[in-house]
Amino acid sequence: METKPRLLNVLDWVSLVLFVIATGMVFFYAPTEAIMGQVQRVFYFHVATAWVGLLGFIAAGLAGIGYLRTNNLKWDNASLAAVEISLIFFAVAIVMGSIWARPSWGTYWTWEPRLTTATVTELIYAAYLLLRQGLEDPERRARFSAVYTILGCISVPITFVSIRLFRTIHPVVIGNADAAAQGGFSMTPAMFQTMMFSVVTFSVIFVALLWHRIRLGNLADKVEQLRLKLAQ
Amino acid sequence: MKPESVVSRTQETSESGPLAGARAFVRATFAVVWKDLAAEMRSRELISAMLVFALLVLFIFNFALELDPKTRSTVTAGVLWVTFTFAGTLGLNRSMAMEKDRGCLDGLLLTPVDRSAIYFGKMIGNLIFMFLVEAIVFPAYTVLYSANLFNLGLVFVVFLGSIGYIAMGTLLSAMAVQTRTRDILLPILLFPLTIPILIAAVKASAGFLAADPLPEILSWINLMVVYDVVFIAAAFMVFDYVVEE
Repeated sequence: METKPRLLNVLDWVSLVLFVIATGMVFFYAPTEAIMGQVQRVFYFHVATAWVGLLGFIAAGLAGIGYLRTNNLKWDNASLAAVEISLIFFAVAIVMGSIWARPSWGTYWTWEPRLTTATVTELIYAAYLLLRQGLEDPERRARFSAVYTILGCISVPITFVSIRLFRTIHPVVIGNADAAAQGGFSMTPAMFQTMMFSVVTFSVIFVALLWHRIRLGNLADKVEQLRLKLAQ
Repeated sequence: MKPESVVSRTQETSESGPLAGARAFVRATFAVVWKDLAAEMRSRELISAMLVFALLVLFIFNFALELDPKTRSTVTAGVLWVTFTFAGTLGLNRSMAMEKDRGCLDGLLLTPVDRSAIYFGKMIGNLIFMFLVEAIVFPAYTVLYSANLFNLGLVFVVFLGSIGYIAMGTLLSAMAVQTRTRDILLPILLFPLTIPILIAAVKASAGFLAADPLPEILSWINLMVVYDVVFIAAAFMVFDYVVEE
């Protein structure tokens, strides 16, 4: 039985400390935005979670390529871990976006390109989990999952372009002005620092979670093997 | 064997080497297409199911959307593409399930041809069925709703859109049939990945129907071409992994 790696312990603590500092910065260091007020503070974690979500989906695609090249199931494990974490973080980013959008755009939901693309991306990776559920043979599951993550990685940017095109050609009639322009603001240095710090913090948290999830996957494999051995 | 004949033979193959490979690839591809068409000619189960389904969808839309002349002009493109998409999914599922159930896929994989030739064969076969359904839905829509759809631009858009949709669909249906939940899985896998081409196809179709100036429509056509090229190339690269045993 392997014990928890020392470095992972350190990483856990670093994540926690960074998270506390980032939260403090959001509430006490960053100035209150003049027009939108307090609600704008959701922006820092909103950007950071969305960034982690994106990072995870790209990581999943790269792990998919890694699996197809090496046939090593470790890559599949990593790919699944990245997708699971990203799904959660992306969902958090979308919810935070809605919380922010309500006061500044006047609605929880708008068919804005980034928002729509984020939701389509969530659906792609929800389909990924369903695909995995339908497959029992680990080799085949890994192969199909790898192919699907790669297709997803290619499709998401094209989706973004198409939705953006959809919006720019199609004038926004409902609502009094361009949705993207509303709620825009210029950042002060303190705001920018807070945002960058949040992004770094969440990236560290992402790495820690990813490591935990990969470890969990490996342990689950081991349990499965032991069970098979017992059954024989 | 005489030595000179060996020499001449190796020279011949080295001369036409790459081209001969390409020719064999095309021949293998069209053998698969021909097989699908011949099977369909005998049973007619796929095309009839797709067609009846497409017409049913058109009827349901009529009642669901109250397609009076005024609404019709704005929703025609959307109705058409939803119809094609649903009917296409039905066909894609059936076409791969047929291969899987009767063990044909294993037979195909045993043949000494490039695996991607099988992909392109299946894809072209599916595309032909899709075009056939579209060719019948067009006049049907025209008659039912007295809206003239015969527009060269629209036909071109349907052509480009169907290619992208079927290219992705053929690849994913090859994956979906090998899962436990295959009948429900294909649309779930396929729809989120084909959103860009569906958006582009609907917008371009609507543009041609409303006789918009060409430059406005052109960006959608470019997008469809990009989608088609990118995903045909991607499918070409990954299909081996999907059918590998």
